[in-house]
Amino acid sequence: MYENLILILDATLRVSAPLILAALAGLFSERSGIVNIALEGKLLSAAFAAAATASVTGNVWLGLLAAIGVSVCLSLIHGFASITHRGDQIVSGVAINMLAVGLTVTLGRFWFGLGGQTPALPDSARFTPITLPGADAVADVPVIGPLYSELISGHNILVYLALLMVPFVWWVVFRTRFGLRLRAAGENPHAVDTAGISVAWIRYRALICAGILCGIAGAYLSTAHSAGFVANMSAGKGFIALAALIFGKWKPVPVLFGCLLFGFLDAVAIRLQGAELPIVGEIPVQAIEVLPYILTVLLLAGFIGRAVGPKSIGVPYVKTR
Amino acid sequence: MNDSKIPAWVNIIGLPLVNIFFAFAFSAIIFVAVDVNPLEAAVVMVKGALGYQEGVGYTLYYATNFIFTGLAVAVAFSAGLFNIGGEGQAYLGGLGVGLACLGLDHALPFWALLPITMVASMAFGALWALIPAYLQAYRGSHIVITTIMFNFIASALMVYLMVNVLKLDGQMAPVSRVFEQSAVMPMFHEIAGWFGFSFSESPMNLSFFIALACCVLVWILLWRTRWGYAIRAMGSSPTAAEYGGINHKKLVIIVMLISGALSGMLGLNEVQGYGQQLKLDFVAGYGFTGIAVCLIGRNHPVGIILASLLFGILYQGGAELAFDFPNIDREMIQVVQALVVLFSGALALMLVKPTERIFVLWDRKKKSLGKAQAEA
Repeated sequence: MYENLILILDATLRVSAPLILAALAGLFSERSGIVNIALEGKLLSAAFAAAATASVTGNVWLGLLAAIGVSVCLSLIHGFASITHRGDQIVSGVAINMLAVGLTVTLGRFWFGLGGQTPALPDSARFTPITLPGADAVADVPVIGPLYSELISGHNILVYLALLMVPFVWWVVFRTRFGLRLRAAGENPHAVDTAGISVAWIRYRALICAGILCGIAGAYLSTAHSAGFVANMSAGKGFIALAALIFGKWKPVPVLFGCLLFGFLDAVAIRLQGAELPIVGEIPVQAIEVLPYILTVLLLAGFIGRAVGPKSIGVPYVKTR
Repeated sequence: MNDSKIPAWVNIIGLPLVNIFFAFAFSAIIFVAVDVNPLEAAVVMVKGALGYQEGVGYTLYYATNFIFTGLAVAVAFSAGLFNIGGEGQAYLGGLGVGLACLGLDHALPFWALLPITMVASMAFGALWALIPAYLQAYRGSHIVITTIMFNFIASALMVYLMVNVLKLDGQMAPVSRVFEQSAVMPMFHEIAGWFGFSFSESPMNLSFFIALACCVLVWILLWRTRWGYAIRAMGSSPTAAEYGGINHKKLVIIVMLISGALSGMLGLNEVQGYGQQLKLDFVAGYGFTGIAVCLIGRNHPVGIILASLLFGILYQGGAELAFDFPNIDREMIQVVQALVVLFSGALALMLVKPTERIFVLWDRKKKSLGKAQAEA
């Protein structure tokens, strides 16, 4: 039982890591007033860029860099449409998601000729698990041993990075001047403008931050979690991250717990496939899979707590109004 | 607004065409990047979509889907609502059609079954839109997010139903039994036969005409009825509409029910016409394409028919591309579609300012010329 629990929690961390990064990316952009349903597309493109670069150069760090670059570019397109030209943020998000699905497969097919996949990456071109010091030594100690050696140790570096990003993003958003302006741009952009600060520039910077985080999340998908890119491998994770962002009420630590909860549900769903439970019998996997979406809908509707987003979210800023 | 400086024809026809041109120009760059001559590709696509009867049939079969989902997005858009849940509503609509066919295809002849499948498609689609609509109107949750979530819930629901309930015993693939031939939509080549014409076999069927009828009905609804007036009023200024005595909450629900019903009718074409059985993923992104169709069609039924034809050509032509060019396949069409959404939707305002400036200059020049002539 205990071992099972450790295994499930271990899987939870692995599944949650990209969600955490993507949700924090969404936090930057939505806190500044830009709805970001393009997380999904950025994840997918970044995953492709990372796997393609890593497979050509054999260097996983170059892959990460390429992923960040591509994701930031998409963010800038999003910004160009929705900040500079005051286009609809949701429409431009939809466009980016479509673009990602089409371009990754088209370019992948052209470059690698594998029907849209990238070649399988060798371990040297992936982020591999890191064994923390002392993990092997304590592995046999009861209770604490498995906890440390299985759950805490043995993840790749991006998992730890994702967890470290949570306090860092909290610090940036709630303890720095940039963070204050960022939040103000999402709540009351006119006040920001009156103070002589450019709303557009703040929102652009927020989108760049979002691009960087999404890039890391995408690289995680294709070069850490899997060994290569497969068509449509983000499989709705960007939207789950968006759900977690709302679930966490646009605050870093609750967002972390939202991601861990959704990751946990995912990990449990995989293990429960076909298993007979006492009392309830066999639970359909789909019922667990939709829980994140249903929980988010309920929360948004105020049936369990209330999620209220930044006030000026989704509204292009116009000076003279 | 400043729009008045630009002549109406530029605003309605000129700018959208320029936006589409931009989208195609960028698509051409990507074609070049994957070693395909964009002009050759365009010729193959147009020939494949319009050059022979079967191609035309396929083009119109795709267009049928786009008319339904495009109208669905447009009705909601007219009221200022963004229904991004066409995908899920169409999925459920198809389920409704499928269940009606599976249950009644032995008992009823086609013309008795058709009204039932139509009502089923609309009811199921509308139901899937009703919950997000209610939550938006009465609980204040954002309709975009809820409809996205409902797309995923619909897809999980369908997987569950197909795998656990509707799948045939002893079969691996999650598909239902094939409907009786009597339940299936008359194909266009059969309809043409009734009138003494001949037409090659294609999946184009009666639902194309149902879609056209929907266009007329939506046009009447939006531009010739009180409800339509209220809907458009709400779309252009919610506060003014509220002040004018329009019940905002009730209208949100009505609009979303209509929108969901239109999406749901996609099931008539895909399930009762093309698939002739229930299976997974028959919506295949048509719901999202509806957004692009609505943006190009500028929310107007006539525009939506034209945009649906354009996308029908892109889809059917795109399928043909794969035969001639090994480097690309249907996914390439996703790219074109994305660029269309980007330029016609998100960047729609990009060219307004520069165009305005040109016309202001033009006006000034004419005036000064006129003055000079008068003085002379």
